[in-house]
Amino acid sequence: MITQDKLKAEDFVARTGNEAVAEAMRQINPDVVAAYPITPATEIVQIFSGFLADGLVDTEFITVESEHSAMSACIGASAAGARVMTATSSQGLSLMAEVLYIASGLRCPIVLAEVNRALSAPINIHCDHSDTMAVRDSGWIQIYAENAQEAYDNLIQAVRIAEDQEVKLPVMVCMDGFIISHGLEVVRLLKDVQVQRFVGPNKPAYSLLDVEYPITVGALDFTDFYFEHRRQIAEAMEKAKTVICKVGEEFGVEFGRSYGFFEGYKMEDAEYGVIAMGSTAGTAKVAVDELRKKGMRAGLLKLRVFRPFPVTELINATKGLKAMAVLDRADTLSTNGGPLFQEVCTALYAEDHRPKINNYIYGLGGRDITPFDLEKVYQELPKLAAGEEKAKPRYLGVRE
Amino acid sequence: MQKVFERPKALSDKKMHYCPGCTHGIVHRLVAEAIDHFGLQEKTIGVAPVGCAVLAYEYFNLDFQEAAHGRAPAVATGIKRVLPESVVFTYQGDGDLASIGLAEIVHAATRGEKITVIFINNAIYGMTGGQMAPTTLPGQKTTTSPYGRDTSRVGFPIRVCELLNTLDGPAYLARVSMHDPKNVLQAGKAIKKAFQVQLEGKGFSLVEVLSSCPTNWGMTPNQALKWVEEKMVPYYPLGVFRTPEEVSSCDA
Repeated sequence: MITQDKLKAEDFVARTGNEAVAEAMRQINPDVVAAYPITPATEIVQIFSGFLADGLVDTEFITVESEHSAMSACIGASAAGARVMTATSSQGLSLMAEVLYIASGLRCPIVLAEVNRALSAPINIHCDHSDTMAVRDSGWIQIYAENAQEAYDNLIQAVRIAEDQEVKLPVMVCMDGFIISHGLEVVRLLKDVQVQRFVGPNKPAYSLLDVEYPITVGALDFTDFYFEHRRQIAEAMEKAKTVICKVGEEFGVEFGRSYGFFEGYKMEDAEYGVIAMGSTAGTAKVAVDELRKKGMRAGLLKLRVFRPFPVTELINATKGLKAMAVLDRADTLSTNGGPLFQEVCTALYAEDHRPKINNYIYGLGGRDITPFDLEKVYQELPKLAAGEEKAKPRYLGVRE
Repeated sequence: MQKVFERPKALSDKKMHYCPGCTHGIVHRLVAEAIDHFGLQEKTIGVAPVGCAVLAYEYFNLDFQEAAHGRAPAVATGIKRVLPESVVFTYQGDGDLASIGLAEIVHAATRGEKITVIFINNAIYGMTGGQMAPTTLPGQKTTTSPYGRDTSRVGFPIRVCELLNTLDGPAYLARVSMHDPKNVLQAGKAIKKAFQVQLEGKGFSLVEVLSSCPTNWGMTPNQALKWVEEKMVPYYPLGVFRTPEEVSSCDA
């Protein structure tokens, strides 16, 4: 364990989220990167291509013509036994969607740095979670970051999680577009050797061109075995829960920053809680502090891992709450709330004692959310708990 | 006093966001002049790309639709099939047309869709900050090829006019350049011709416009125009590759 007094000043550097993620990619030194530029993720691979040009990585870098081809090239490279990474955003992720399912179905442990951005139309380059929520059922593990430090740490852990023999699933490491990707923060980088030791070598169990054991990847699979193969992905997702926690704890032991499914902020005695993902969690912490000063027992549950969804842990984490608000930076447009709200409600439904739950859809297309907005969300919760307010999905910060 | 020069009616008075020395503004004007020339302002629909010209709809006094990256020719196809009496054009850069949207342009051309395509080739991905494009010249430095495009690693540029000229579908294919006033005037003529081909129902027309990107090339506007003339024109030869007359002579 590294303690604070052992930290040296040079460990702390100023990096944007994109720079921190590119740095992690350099330290991981993947075998193959295939990518196509898209705002706001472009920089990640652009910086990485600079590392390549300077001879700092040994990566085979493929400048493909679209994200559909980027993910296809990643799948080919992964099936051939390589450690593979890429980065994208928004429309790029949507264009990959067809192939994302193939990556998970073929159990390719690809790691994708995703910079969350709104989807067209109308066209918009700013942050919301519509892009990753649209592919939430694609069989990819999804990990969300609150800040550049977490994006960096998550990317390094993602390699271990994806390549674990019990998992063998692709991982999407998500960070909020511009807010994190372009915001300059103090980040503590690990040493190259620490990262390399932590991720270890890639050991694919099966790969192409093993003449002793010839294989076909992605063969037709009809009524006979398709269902079993899809069932195995669900099983791998279940196992991924243990692996995500194990890797997060090990990261903490090695480098002093532990990770699990959630970060609870002042949740120990909280009566009123908010659950949120991404950079908004940081904003919510400010609101929690303000409300605590005013006497409200407010707490924040920051969800780090959306896929697989940590049902048991959510039940435990929300036990003491009287009411909670679920913040969704995406809409399902189902008129039945945002994707996180639906997950949370489903997870808690069977519990005899559960908090009253409200849903707010906020921040679409980069609409700012302030601590003041979040205070208002908390202030609605006692009314909800007392039965004075009816729970229904609502929109925060929109002109109605 | 006689007015000898004015802003084309098809061009809005919105201030353009393009970088100093960029030739998008000139090409916008040439397109607007062609629309004015044929009196098409009330019947023309534009399709905007993703790229530097993503805001093109702001700069034309025309109805516009924004397409997903690379899909403008397919969107234009849909519009034209529903409104065959209208004039439909796309305005696309090389990242949009020659990279992510290569399939769409090839298939719109080979189907002979009666649309006009204005294709800006500046040999780089401009809007995302100067990465290597399919049109980047061998040896050209970009942010993703800092020591120059290495063709042994990343292959060669795509010549879009020549590629489309292998198809029977297109009616008019021309490549022009923005590097000096004489060529700008010729470009204006080619763009007019492309709209004329559509108006006469002769089929698919495309004008490739060699353009400069001083910001991402790291040059002054003048140096960039010189670079277009000295480096791009030899690789991307100017001229008319296909005209409707040639098509009919092939048919005969």
